[in-house]
Amino acid sequence: MALISADNRGLRLATRYAVLGLIAVIFVFPLVFMVMSSLKPDQQLLQDSGNLRAFLPVGDISLDNYTAAFQRAPVATFVFNSVLVTGVTVLLSLLICSAAGFAFVFVNWKGRGVLLSILLATLILPFETIAIPMLLMVAHLPWIGTEGITWGWLNSYHVQIIPFVADGLTVFLFVQYFKDLPGELIEAARVEGASWGQIYRRIVMPLSGPILATAAILKFLVMYNQYLWPLMVTQEEGYRPVMVGLQYFFQLNVAWGEVMAYLSMITVPVLAFYLYLQKAFIASIASTGVKG
Amino acid sequence: MKLFKFAASAAIMAWAAAGASAALAQTTLSMWYHGAGNEVELKLINELITDFNASQTDWKVELQSFPQAAYNDSVVAGALAGNLPDILDVDGPNMPNWAWAGYMQPLVIDETKIANFLPGTKGVWDGKLYSIGLWDAAVALVTRQSTLDELGLRKPTVDAPWTKDEFMAALDAAKAAGKWEFPLDLGMAWTGEWYPYAFSPFLQSFGGDIVDRTTYKTAEGALNGDAAMAFGEWWQGLFKNGYAQATQDPADRDGGFAAGKYAFSWNGNWAALGALAAFPDTVFLPAPDLGAGPKIGAASWQFGVSATSKNPQGAAAFIEFALQDKYLAAFSNGIGLIPATPTAAEMVDNYKAGGPLSVFVEYSAKTALVRPVTPGYVVQAKVFEKALADIANGADVAATLDAAADEINADIEKNGGYGH
Repeated sequence: MALISADNRGLRLATRYAVLGLIAVIFVFPLVFMVMSSLKPDQQLLQDSGNLRAFLPVGDISLDNYTAAFQRAPVATFVFNSVLVTGVTVLLSLLICSAAGFAFVFVNWKGRGVLLSILLATLILPFETIAIPMLLMVAHLPWIGTEGITWGWLNSYHVQIIPFVADGLTVFLFVQYFKDLPGELIEAARVEGASWGQIYRRIVMPLSGPILATAAILKFLVMYNQYLWPLMVTQEEGYRPVMVGLQYFFQLNVAWGEVMAYLSMITVPVLAFYLYLQKAFIASIASTGVKG
Repeated sequence: MKLFKFAASAAIMAWAAAGASAALAQTTLSMWYHGAGNEVELKLINELITDFNASQTDWKVELQSFPQAAYNDSVVAGALAGNLPDILDVDGPNMPNWAWAGYMQPLVIDETKIANFLPGTKGVWDGKLYSIGLWDAAVALVTRQSTLDELGLRKPTVDAPWTKDEFMAALDAAKAAGKWEFPLDLGMAWTGEWYPYAFSPFLQSFGGDIVDRTTYKTAEGALNGDAAMAFGEWWQGLFKNGYAQATQDPADRDGGFAAGKYAFSWNGNWAALGALAAFPDTVFLPAPDLGAGPKIGAASWQFGVSATSKNPQGAAAFIEFALQDKYLAAFSNGIGLIPATPTAAEMVDNYKAGGPLSVFVEYSAKTALVRPVTPGYVVQAKVFEKALADIANGADVAATLDAAADEINADIEKNGGYGH
């Protein structure tokens, strides 16, 4: 009987690994295709694209496409800009949206229900519908910088950051998460004389690892993939991010090997960030469980 | 007292130095160009700017380059934000829209200097010159002399092009030979502006057009009249009867002719050297005459002055400077396009008399027709593209062209006739 059980367990394990392996392959193959293609000359890349050789480092393999990509576009500048804009926006977004969510859930103030409804209503607005009004606004806003007061935010990092530090979705995520936190903790802290700021910093945020990780990943992806807005507000090459930079490679005759090399390079920060937060995400769930 | 004298002298010297510096300072002209990502093109435009800046003391051009695929959107956004440069470049058929929308102002240059420029390089809207190009592009029917010989076909010339019957007979012969996957490569993989640029000349050669050019206020009769219907049936027949493929792999467009998949390829002069490299006996035939004369598209990228430029004289001075034959020749040598003047063409090995691509100069001069010169073209181009793609994929010809004409008419009406 025990032998049969072991067999069943083995079979179940094998099946599970087979299914997981298949899913992993489906998700990993596009990345493998991208990296392998980035190592091949265009003609071979196109020939291989119809068969399994597309996923293998075979044929005329070299780093020439990477060299050519750096010659065609200032890749390092684009990656730096994207990482800077995305990183700062994610940090500010986590701070502001979590504080907003905290205020909506734990602090009693007049009109919070209405304001939350209005905030949530912004979720149904596609960015394209507000892009032009936003452009007209930021083109005439003042800014205090090293040159004193200047007018117009175009061609800057802050024009790519500030409009995105708060958004309805991220606030909503925090609101939903905070609602599930045990109210007894907050009440106990209030009874002990803790201020709202102390409760936010010392009780709520330490318990918010999973939602911070989730919100950070979602915001990172949105910001790193920004195309329309930076295209509209950055006429100077020095401020352009990676997705606008991708257009440098789409000339009349597309150099697909260079496109793949560029994509491979700009994918690295995304994967690194995701893998880092995936660990934090799991660790947060394990360490912040509250049992009643 | 000594101290006072010293201070006064220093102040006077500083003032004089500042004045002299101001007198020598060049006024900066900003310029946007679509060539980011194209190393050769950027090198040429930078050399041109360096030469201009060194040639005089009044103006200094500073360049911002944009990737071509994002350029038009950047200009529109810049116009909305009130942030256009002094000098910009514009794709020829888009110029009327930008002029009408208030993005550009008329270009005031000595027009005797462009008297001998190819017609497609001159951007004229509402009777005024708005832009001028250093080059033009042209399309030809690419094939091999050995193919013509093998199929027993006459080699057409621009003065005696193939008739529609001759063209179809050539496709039939290629199909019957069974040597190629398809007789004709139309470049269906290239979506976007390629459709109106490359295929509306077929419609015009039938006697139709995207819009009625006598008024520019309707597409009725032009896009859905008898000639247009005949064109639509012919166009659909190309795919239905196996002469060409309605959907094409981009790789086949880039390398299919060289790989021997197609007997004929409808392609531009920018791809001509590649074809010659693949087959030294490549020949570039003129467009067939489908009834109303052979037609090909015209107008490529051109320079103009933004409406908000505070220094239009400086911008015009730069553009006039760029019109020298040596720059026309340099751009042609670098990016393979047709120099705007015959004298510049003579400076380019590919395009000078007897050069391997010289026929393109002749085709541009004799058969080129600019796309409809109207602000509504930007919409009409997309409507036309969709209609042709639908017909190629089997949609009803009459219904599709009628719907396209209605859509164009509605857009013209919505925009108050676009100023016509």
